[in-house]
Amino acid sequence: MADSRSDNPFRTLATPAREAPAEQDVARLESTSPRPLMPVSEAEALREELERGVLFTKVEQMLGWVVSQSRANAIWPLGFGLACCAIEMMAIIGPRFDVSRFGAEVMRASPRQADLMIVAGRVSIKMAPVLRQLYDQMPDPKWVISMGACASCGGVFNNYAIVQGVDKIVPVDVYVPGCPPRPEALIHGIIKLQEKILASRVELGPFVPRRRKGVA
Amino acid sequence: MTLNMGPQHPSTHGVLRVALELDGETIVEAKPIIGYLHTGMEKQAEYKTYTQSIPQTDRMDYLAPLSNNLAFCLAAERLLGIEAPPRAQAVRVLLAELTRINAHCVWLGTHALDIGAMTVFFYCWREREKVLSIHDMVCGARMTASYFRVGGLAMDIPEGLLERCQKFVDEMPAHVDEYERLLSKNPIWMARTREVAPLSARDAVALGATGPTLRGSGVSWDLRKAQPYCGYESYDFDVPTGQQGDAYDRYMVRVREIREATRIAGQAIRRIREIGPGDYRVRDYKYVLPPKEEVKTSMEALIHHFKIVAHGFFPPVGEAYHAVEAPKGELGFYFVSDGTPRPWRMKVRSPSFVNLQCLPTMIRGRLVADVIAAIGSLDIVLGEIDR
Amino acid sequence: MTALTPERVEERLRERFPGLSLKRATGPALREATWVVPAERIVEVCAFLRDDPELVFAMLSWLGGVDYLPREPRFEVVYSLLSLERNARVQLKVELPGEHPALPTVTGVWPTANWHERETFDFYGITFTGHPDLTRILLPEDWVGWPLRKDSPLGYEEVAFTHNTPGRKPPSPELKKLAPRKVTYRAQ
Repeated sequence: MADSRSDNPFRTLATPAREAPAEQDVARLESTSPRPLMPVSEAEALREELERGVLFTKVEQMLGWVVSQSRANAIWPLGFGLACCAIEMMAIIGPRFDVSRFGAEVMRASPRQADLMIVAGRVSIKMAPVLRQLYDQMPDPKWVISMGACASCGGVFNNYAIVQGVDKIVPVDVYVPGCPPRPEALIHGIIKLQEKILASRVELGPFVPRRRKGVA
Repeated sequence: MTLNMGPQHPSTHGVLRVALELDGETIVEAKPIIGYLHTGMEKQAEYKTYTQSIPQTDRMDYLAPLSNNLAFCLAAERLLGIEAPPRAQAVRVLLAELTRINAHCVWLGTHALDIGAMTVFFYCWREREKVLSIHDMVCGARMTASYFRVGGLAMDIPEGLLERCQKFVDEMPAHVDEYERLLSKNPIWMARTREVAPLSARDAVALGATGPTLRGSGVSWDLRKAQPYCGYESYDFDVPTGQQGDAYDRYMVRVREIREATRIAGQAIRRIREIGPGDYRVRDYKYVLPPKEEVKTSMEALIHHFKIVAHGFFPPVGEAYHAVEAPKGELGFYFVSDGTPRPWRMKVRSPSFVNLQCLPTMIRGRLVADVIAAIGSLDIVLGEIDR
Repeated sequence: MTALTPERVEERLRERFPGLSLKRATGPALREATWVVPAERIVEVCAFLRDDPELVFAMLSWLGGVDYLPREPRFEVVYSLLSLERNARVQLKVELPGEHPALPTVTGVWPTANWHERETFDFYGITFTGHPDLTRILLPEDWVGWPLRKDSPLGYEEVAFTHNTPGRKPPSPELKKLAPRKVTYRAQ
């Protein structure tokens, strides 16, 4: 699949990743700020609520809150430790930095049972298609934490063999800098992800409301 | 049937892929496929000065980063023809042995976890935290320390380090006893590791295995005794050896090595106290940064500092190879220098790369479950294999 | 046994291979005992070094390639041999031309050479004739090129700054007003 930057070999995978935003630095800062992801203006929010009917909105809100809470507080990471960051990731499972208090009790081996992929370590060009395949095998909703400098931007290694940032391949929710990040920093990243999940709107699959006639 | 133990697997200790040819549960052939963590470190080293490559070496065997730094610095010092002062050597020995304990704890924790003993994983990580906080104290980074420099240390050891190390060294034997109580005579452990993945001494030497993989097969070869460096000839320690070359023997060799490493670390602490305050870097300002006090007072030192920081040092034209006994085996660096501050070629002889070649020999004709025990007992680190 | 000196090794080699053009490599900072051996004879020399009861270089520590680009012969393959019994280390070198570098494999002598030769092939394109499975080992199988050759680029990605990315807007000045804020960890 050719695109304007077709000399970049990582763009020819089967499923293209989300295009990196133009103002990359602004977008990255925004993604780590704790502002919740709500609709922009009051009028729009009100209109949406009116379209759906007030009673349904309350139920939807409550159900959505419950679902968000359970998603956030029971994140099961996929054990995707690649390099040195994997050791610090194992350290958060260890007794000193216990991550099971945040709900990430088990590290699932199979991507079909995991909802968080912590890309811990440098992604080499041989590993990149495998990474994409594992991401595709994870069921929705799924999140990605890019742990460490190598996963976020290529880190120390700016050469032919390392993908300069795993966001060339999968969309990333939280970037945790460090080389390797201290276990506390990774837990900070997981907490930020939890805040992001709690703030995101939940689409309740079968309960799509019927549009009421006459409402603009 | 061909079974792919893929690059993402809970028990492959990194991104190792093993293609198994099976006949039922028995393995006909196993082919390790590596390269999923290839980082181009050897190419990148040709574009960086020697000091700039030291942090790269941390990321090779990331379980024992100070070991890699040590090998790099010793090879560069061999090329330059300089030797670190006694205090720096004693500190290097102390930290190298603590790193060895660190690496063996990770090995034991993950090996036991793969075989099913989860408790040992938590205990080993508890011990690791102590060593990591010692690393943190010495250089600021928990894991990827980069504390050694060509010619000595980056900076002198802080106050309180020796007391903290002494405390660790005093407590560690009790913890090793704990692990042995849990595992060594455990019937499940013995059933999973006795007679599993055997490697004869002849095969081990022919396949180039070094470290506990070789010593578990009965060959008593340890570079710290045979070709000592950093003053290891003046320390008193034994080299544990196995008999049969199965996974259990390699386990016993490594557990005993943790004990020996604790012994050496205790002797190193005493040695540092005896030597007292002194130089932590060689005073050869052509190659090594002068101490900061001199830089602020002496003109020559200032110029040397500027040249070394701005350009790097200019080694003589030549080659050198130096190997150390890393926790995994013989880790060596080969430098070809063309007189410029950047090496012309850096080749890493990594122990896990060579040890992993022993895997097919070890598990031909065995069961699939033994593959996990075999990979665990080989103690491989993919960062080192793929560099 | 007395320590094995490089002179003794050279003596034994010259005794055994009288017609061999063996050359001791010398240099101001050449810290290893190294001999340059012609490519066709490398297998015999290695087999002799391994089997001779006095030398017993039973272990091949590593073998690697070096690219001396402007110089001809361009490539060198370095073999580092270790004798456990005599506690000695020597190096052998084979010089190869830049066009189609090839030499026989030593996997018959030391099985450990298998992966080392694959790695040298992967990095430099040096062919080892007789190798059981000469394929790429560290790079993807379909990678084109020999990365560690001196004429292969490092392949780095230019870091995007404002000054070298045309059409890129500098970050908005509002960002400077973002003070470090206190983060509370509570559910919304």
